[in-house]
Amino acid sequence: MNKQDRQQDVPVMRLERMRLVLRYILLAMTAFLFLLPLYWMISSSLKPAYEIFANPPVWIPDPPQWQNYRQALTELPFGRYAINTLIIAVGAVIGHVVSCILVAYGFARLRAPGKRVLFIILLATLMLPYPVVMIPQYIIFSELNWVNSFKPLIVPTFFGNAFFIFLLRQFFMQIPNDLIDAAKMDGANLLQIIWHVIIPISRSAIATVAIFTFQFAWNDFLAPLIYLQDQSKYTLMLGLSFFRSSFEVNWPYLMAASLSVAAPIIILFFITQRAFVSGITTGSLKE
Amino acid sequence: MTPAQRREAVSFYLTISPWLIGFILLTVGPMLYSLTLSFTSWDLFGSPIWIGLDNYLKEMPSDPRFWQSVKVTLIYTAAYVPLELVGGLGLALLVRNRIRGIRIFRTIFYLPTVLAGVAFAVVWLWMLNPRGGLINLALEQIGIIGPRWLLDPDWALSALILMSFWGWGRAMIIYLAGLQGIPDVLYESASLDGANDWNKFWHITIPMLSPTIFFNLILSIINTFQTFTNAFVTTDGGPLDATLFFVLYLYKQAFNFRNMGYASALAWVLFIIILILTLVIFQTQRFWVYYAGEVKDE
Repeated sequence: MNKQDRQQDVPVMRLERMRLVLRYILLAMTAFLFLLPLYWMISSSLKPAYEIFANPPVWIPDPPQWQNYRQALTELPFGRYAINTLIIAVGAVIGHVVSCILVAYGFARLRAPGKRVLFIILLATLMLPYPVVMIPQYIIFSELNWVNSFKPLIVPTFFGNAFFIFLLRQFFMQIPNDLIDAAKMDGANLLQIIWHVIIPISRSAIATVAIFTFQFAWNDFLAPLIYLQDQSKYTLMLGLSFFRSSFEVNWPYLMAASLSVAAPIIILFFITQRAFVSGITTGSLKE
Repeated sequence: MTPAQRREAVSFYLTISPWLIGFILLTVGPMLYSLTLSFTSWDLFGSPIWIGLDNYLKEMPSDPRFWQSVKVTLIYTAAYVPLELVGGLGLALLVRNRIRGIRIFRTIFYLPTVLAGVAFAVVWLWMLNPRGGLINLALEQIGIIGPRWLLDPDWALSALILMSFWGWGRAMIIYLAGLQGIPDVLYESASLDGANDWNKFWHITIPMLSPTIFFNLILSIINTFQTFTNAFVTTDGGPLDATLFFVLYLYKQAFNFRNMGYASALAWVLFIIILILTLVIFQTQRFWVYYAGEVKDE
């Protein structure tokens, strides 16, 4: 590199640095906008009643009312709702993981006549919104006397989910043939191949399915709203919605309840962040 | 077919049987059942009364709330989908490069989508509260008296569109994956040819990303057509049906008024609308979606 070139590099570097600074400013401003509602929620949940409508707004509650949380969470049996939600979510996770692994393996690694057509049908069901089948499913489940139980929310998950089947299939297709052939040579049957070869390699993809299912079941609202009628069967989201609609809204309590209900899913998100933010669509075997 | 092939085919059908059985029992069966129901009038207690096409030809055309729910859903979709497509792309471009601390920003932008559902709606119910909500308090600081947002029939739908930006992280994540698939070589050779950022964006990023944009477009439309929880929690369709989304109306017809026949007809209308819309969008693909692999094949 001669002297002239080096001199030209200096303004270029300065421009690069300016751009980086600009990018950070833009990032910070956007992040501020995204965090604001969350901060306002936390701050409001700790406010005494007289600060809630204060103008100009009170940013830091003084003194913070920690008892708002206890009050809000004992006004309705949120402990019961948490257990109900957990039962449904864990049931759904088991259902989706077991069924989707099996179905995805078939679509990824086995050849059969009719497979192409069936796969296209599977993809088409991705576009079928739940509300379209909601009413007939409700009638069928009510004929089975399943209304007001967790069954309509858990049992269907054992029949798989098009999105997760697709996700796992993409992953399974990348698994080298040698691994499976070697297992076959050793006389492994289909379930043994899945158990000893496929599952150990695909942990991250399976974890993604489990986390998404858990998150979806935790936040699900429409199906629980239709099927769960007794208050003792409510999920957290139903409880929260009931809390919001009952009597006069007590904002600090409502914010405290919302945060508590969302906290487990936010914590789960932070623990499993890697899978969420980077592993969703990459689905690669590297790393 | 050799015996080995036959065995493999049997294994295939065995492994996919959970999905296949579920597809028949939980999708095809119910769809046909609801098609039949849509030709009846039924309150879930007596037996269904056959009324032919009346739900479609008589009830719906003369039901102002049906038209209102179609209008609300279409306006919302027309505003929400482009905003999410552009906003999500903006966010993805912002957090694209691996600069220091970028993981934190990605997390911040994605975080609200984790709250999807009731908690999401409740946060905004409070943010948009006319008296104690942050939005109106902030507006007041600069001398503007804010509207009553979700409580005002003229503003309620706009308020729901406004709060949707908080969910752009979902589209962002999908764009990010798409962006990672664009080879750096393309940008490098464009730089050598003297292309500036603007050229690179329009001639490399957008065409290479078009399959992802297409995917997000389909996903976004299907999502907005199903809007329920946000409206149920914040406004319950009000005030004056200003936010009566299609699925919310369907829910009310089925589970509040027990008009199972009419609600089934509504469900079929929803299905047909989404089907036609997706088919039309799939047809437009060849005009604007660029698949890198196609060129190689030629």
